[in-house]
Amino acid sequence: MAKFETPALKEYLEMPASLKKDSMVHSGPFVAAPQHQEPLGFPGELVDNWQDVAIEKMGELLGKYRSLRVFLDSCVKCGACTDKCHYFLGTSDPNNMPVARQDLFRSVYRRYFTLGGKLFPKLVGAVKLDEGVLDQWWSYYHQCSQCRRCSVFCPYGIDTAEISMAAREIMASVGKGQKYSNEIIAKVFKIGNNLGLPEPALVDTMEGLEEDVKDETGVAVRYPVDVEGADVLLVTPSADFFAEPHVDGLIGYGKVFHQAGISWTVSSYASEAANFGMFVGSYENMRKIALRIRKAALDLGVKRIVFGECGHAWRVAYSFLNTLAGPFDFLDSKYPVPQHIIEVTHDLIKRGALTLDKSANDDKRVTFHDSCNVARASRMGDMPGGQFILPREVIKACCSHFFDMASDTIHDSTFCCGGGGGLLTDDLMELRVKGAMPRMQALKDVTERHQVTHLAAICAICKSQFSKVLPYYGFTMDQVVSVHQLVSEAIVLGAKD
Amino acid sequence: MSALTIAYILLFYGAALVFVIGLFYRIFKYATTPAPLKIPTTPAPLNQRGVVFRLFWEVVFFRSLFRSAKWIWLFGWMFHLALFVIVLRHLRYFTDPVWAPIELIQPFGIYAGFVMSVGLIGLWVRRFSVARVRYVSVISDHFMLVLLLAIVVSGLAMKYVVHTDIVAFKTFILGIMSFQWVSLPGTGAGEAPNVALLIHLFLVAVLMLIFPFSKLMHAPGLFFCPTRNQIDNPRAERGLRSHESRHVAQWALDSESVGKSGV
Repeated sequence: MAKFETPALKEYLEMPASLKKDSMVHSGPFVAAPQHQEPLGFPGELVDNWQDVAIEKMGELLGKYRSLRVFLDSCVKCGACTDKCHYFLGTSDPNNMPVARQDLFRSVYRRYFTLGGKLFPKLVGAVKLDEGVLDQWWSYYHQCSQCRRCSVFCPYGIDTAEISMAAREIMASVGKGQKYSNEIIAKVFKIGNNLGLPEPALVDTMEGLEEDVKDETGVAVRYPVDVEGADVLLVTPSADFFAEPHVDGLIGYGKVFHQAGISWTVSSYASEAANFGMFVGSYENMRKIALRIRKAALDLGVKRIVFGECGHAWRVAYSFLNTLAGPFDFLDSKYPVPQHIIEVTHDLIKRGALTLDKSANDDKRVTFHDSCNVARASRMGDMPGGQFILPREVIKACCSHFFDMASDTIHDSTFCCGGGGGLLTDDLMELRVKGAMPRMQALKDVTERHQVTHLAAICAICKSQFSKVLPYYGFTMDQVVSVHQLVSEAIVLGAKD
Repeated sequence: MSALTIAYILLFYGAALVFVIGLFYRIFKYATTPAPLKIPTTPAPLNQRGVVFRLFWEVVFFRSLFRSAKWIWLFGWMFHLALFVIVLRHLRYFTDPVWAPIELIQPFGIYAGFVMSVGLIGLWVRRFSVARVRYVSVISDHFMLVLLLAIVVSGLAMKYVVHTDIVAFKTFILGIMSFQWVSLPGTGAGEAPNVALLIHLFLVAVLMLIFPFSKLMHAPGLFFCPTRNQIDNPRAERGLRSHESRHVAQWALDSESVGKSGV
């Protein structure tokens, strides 16, 4: 891997002093091999007439997605978004400004689909789709984590994520797919989760957790797999089954269910909450993954579906699941479908169904990272903005020392961790480290002001990304914790008084 | 009737036709292209009333822009608000008798001309002075600002520099609207041509001609923007579990049934 410099953390988040053109053009992920492409219905390698296929695909998408059509026409280049992307702030590469990233697509759209672009390409900045453009697409559409921060600040609500997804779908459709995401999607189709963890390994892991919790607490908390007739189907990111600090969150979910007396199970067939179909912009693949959850719920005869801590997954679950795999008329009509584990825990806390001992977390001073897609693409609870309130209330119920980061870096202004949207791969390490800078800056600030020791997160990607990049900025990897790890520490198991 | 009058009459019929048909065609495209997924930028309103409120704040006060960039907001809002007042002021040429509220705002129209100039100049200066904005600007971005600025300046010139017979001009406009054409002021035999008026009218026609093909489509676009106009209600909530409660595009439903028969 090429050497790179970790951005310095300043007193305040500063605008890049100068634009460093092409400074990140070298950054691109590995290209998918035929065996990663074909299970998804994409051609194995770059097809001969790829320009024609790409333009035809672009036309198809323009007819299928109003967002794409409206966004491509609406931008006036006002510049409001130019300083909002964490990748731009971390790299200074002007093509990481949201509008410039969109323009890589928009200029091709103008050339082939608008009168102005056909007649006066130079005047309106329209370009032919050639290899150089494809290379730029490859680099810069894999430097967008689909976090939607730009869409919050755009006067027309233009969401670069929609354009990144379209660009990635077009690239995959001409045979140039991204290895990381496509390999993972193929694994889900074959085995049921991103990590390729087969059923016996899953059962083994969950039994191990039962033993660990028994040893530690003396209480027999169950971590069931494929139990028919359970009330709740828990769909959680597969990283929760073994990665740190994810697994501590999973232990926490189990304790919550145990203490509330809710019977639950995970499914080996749908053992993955994350839906990488969204990352590559493919409705069909996203739907195929979502349908596994529907099938698992039907096969196991559950009454509710609950999702574990995961950001983009919660977007697909909350916003898209009913569209992709509904209707869920076979589930218990008392509960929304799906629910977030935070909603479940929050509700139990409100009802006094859990006994929590805050002092168990007294060694920690905690701040909370709003995951981008939870913050800007979903909701929790029954009021707008519940996605900001519920996790904080859960944390505060479990910890005595909670401090928010600066107000322009949380809630719907939150900065992405730097690894979302299909970029959590080692071939993009430089991008991930640099893109984490704005979040690390805010963390440093709250560390200095309030001596914060831990960063709580509710997303598998955020947790993995922070574990990896925290050390680059002088923190330690164990400073990131799952929210349900805090619950797990504080929860008092056993009979209620 | 002079050749110049005939040319301008044809120009305006042509421009109006292109403007209306082009605009409706583009809006028709926006309206008929499905939004297959729920993608409101959250927190988003939970009901239709909330969405109307959200769009109202965006359209009238540029709320998101205010949150994101104060200078752009200041110049942009000045320019748009002034443009709105100026358009209202110009209604006096199209209505006879002139409606009372339009009579009332007449004096403000002139101030608005200056405010709009300041807003446009401010926006244009940013295109040069801010490296980030300079990087994303192409010729058409500059052209649009210059065009609007030229329209305002030529309009103000008719107030302060070149006298224009606005009564005769109103007759000309009403003539175009009722297909009973009369001469454009300043084109009669022995009259000196009113250059400011000719430029002003020509540029307005150019603006109408390019509107449907340009980024000016942001105006109708905002109303069709799924991230702003969708209700936050995608989840299968209590009592909403039927197929009808699903937000699904027709093309997606079609591919669902193809998928089923294929299995």
